[in-house]
Amino acid sequence: MWTFFHKLGSPKWFYDISGKWLPWFAVVSALLLVLGSIWALAFAPADYQQGNSFRIIYIHVPSAILAQSCFMMMAIAGAIGLIWKMKLADMFVKAAAPVGASFTFMALLTGAVWGKPTWGTWWVWDARLTSMLILLFLYFGIMALQSAIEDAATAAKASAVLALVGMVNIPIIKYSVEWWNTLHQPATFTLTEKPAMPAEMWVPLLVMVIGFYCFFTTVILLRTRNEILERERRTNWVKKLVTKGVAL
Amino acid sequence: MNTSVQVSTPPSVMHIFITVLKRDLTLAYRRRQDLVNPMIFFIIVVSLLPLGVSPEKSFLQEAGAGVVWVAALLATLLSLDSLFRSDFDDGSLEQIVLTPQPLFIMVLAKICAHWLVTGVPLIILSPMLGVMMHLEFETIKVLMLTLLLGTPVLSLIGAIGAALTVGLKVGGVLISLLILPLYIPVLIFGTGTVQAAANMLPIDGYIALMGAIFALSLTMSPLAAAAALRISLSN
Repeated sequence: MWTFFHKLGSPKWFYDISGKWLPWFAVVSALLLVLGSIWALAFAPADYQQGNSFRIIYIHVPSAILAQSCFMMMAIAGAIGLIWKMKLADMFVKAAAPVGASFTFMALLTGAVWGKPTWGTWWVWDARLTSMLILLFLYFGIMALQSAIEDAATAAKASAVLALVGMVNIPIIKYSVEWWNTLHQPATFTLTEKPAMPAEMWVPLLVMVIGFYCFFTTVILLRTRNEILERERRTNWVKKLVTKGVAL
Repeated sequence: MNTSVQVSTPPSVMHIFITVLKRDLTLAYRRRQDLVNPMIFFIIVVSLLPLGVSPEKSFLQEAGAGVVWVAALLATLLSLDSLFRSDFDDGSLEQIVLTPQPLFIMVLAKICAHWLVTGVPLIILSPMLGVMMHLEFETIKVLMLTLLLGTPVLSLIGAIGAALTVGLKVGGVLISLLILPLYIPVLIFGTGTVQAAANMLPIDGYIALMGAIFALSLTMSPLAAAAALRISLSN
């Protein structure tokens, strides 16, 4: 099992194997997202109080889960890059930052759109929304730092340190709805309790969450492959690949 | 010939701390005029609120504590670049990083000097600004207490940002982008404490939380800043 991990240290090996994984992840994520969306929008029952406007939960909750997950993955990858000096981990941090920022923005946007008809306001400065906004700023900070430092290795190490420092925010986001009296409702899914929703509602949500994760993986694989080609552009295998005209 | 070999004992942690602290304080004292600028900025920014928004007593009493805190934040941000930059420019930062003594102790000493030179004047100026904002005497006391607990945290977290960007030519706004998201919790709790005090609510919980944030940053920030310094100087 550890040889698999060690092999990941070779960008070329990762490029080859991700080329094989990519079509599967793309197909699976498209399938799950389409299936989940149709199920969520058409077949899930309407909410007793909110009617049909609650259906935006099927985009809002997965984006928010992914936004926090992505940051945790970036922090862990950053730590791996700092400790074991694995180039691929550094490339993951670089590839994942804009994706995570987009998910955070989407979560905030869909939350605002949901909030106006349901709770009467686009925005409120409560703990959950404010800490998600801080998460967005942290993502921007990491992206800004990466673009400010020219040397790739130094940029990777610096953004890894920043991601690790920013990890402090993740428990604050997660437990904000428990620690503070907020307008935002408590967590839909917890590991310890049954969800407060009936199965007809939370199963499509689960499908969307898994679909979002697969989509995230697809996008990350694409971006990391791009990053590999850019960083390893002086090696023979990349030169051969590019001049042969083979795209994927 | 008898030669006695003397093995010198390495300097103690306290000795390292005091040495770097004295060095930084001496250097800061020699550039006294540079230290006044954040103070003036602090006073001017606080004055902008009544001038730009509303000089009504009721509004200022509500918003005053927050404004003083935000201005303290911005003034600290302004002064952060000088934490490592002048040492970086003349090469002494590399010497500091290269010494076999623990880097985080020296970073902690530099942060301490920075706080003494930037944070303490902010705390001393805050009663005057509190009076300008028509805050009650009790509220001003709590404001000073929150600044006393909060400004070290600002210096500590700011040092991480300064360390990450010390090698860059851009500097400036980049530090703010990196550090301000991390400052927001301190700001929220600091102003929350003062608001609670203004509303005659107990502040023990808030003070405990601010103390916890201070303890966390006091232990973790020097380590993060030391790591960031090594990264910045590695090329």
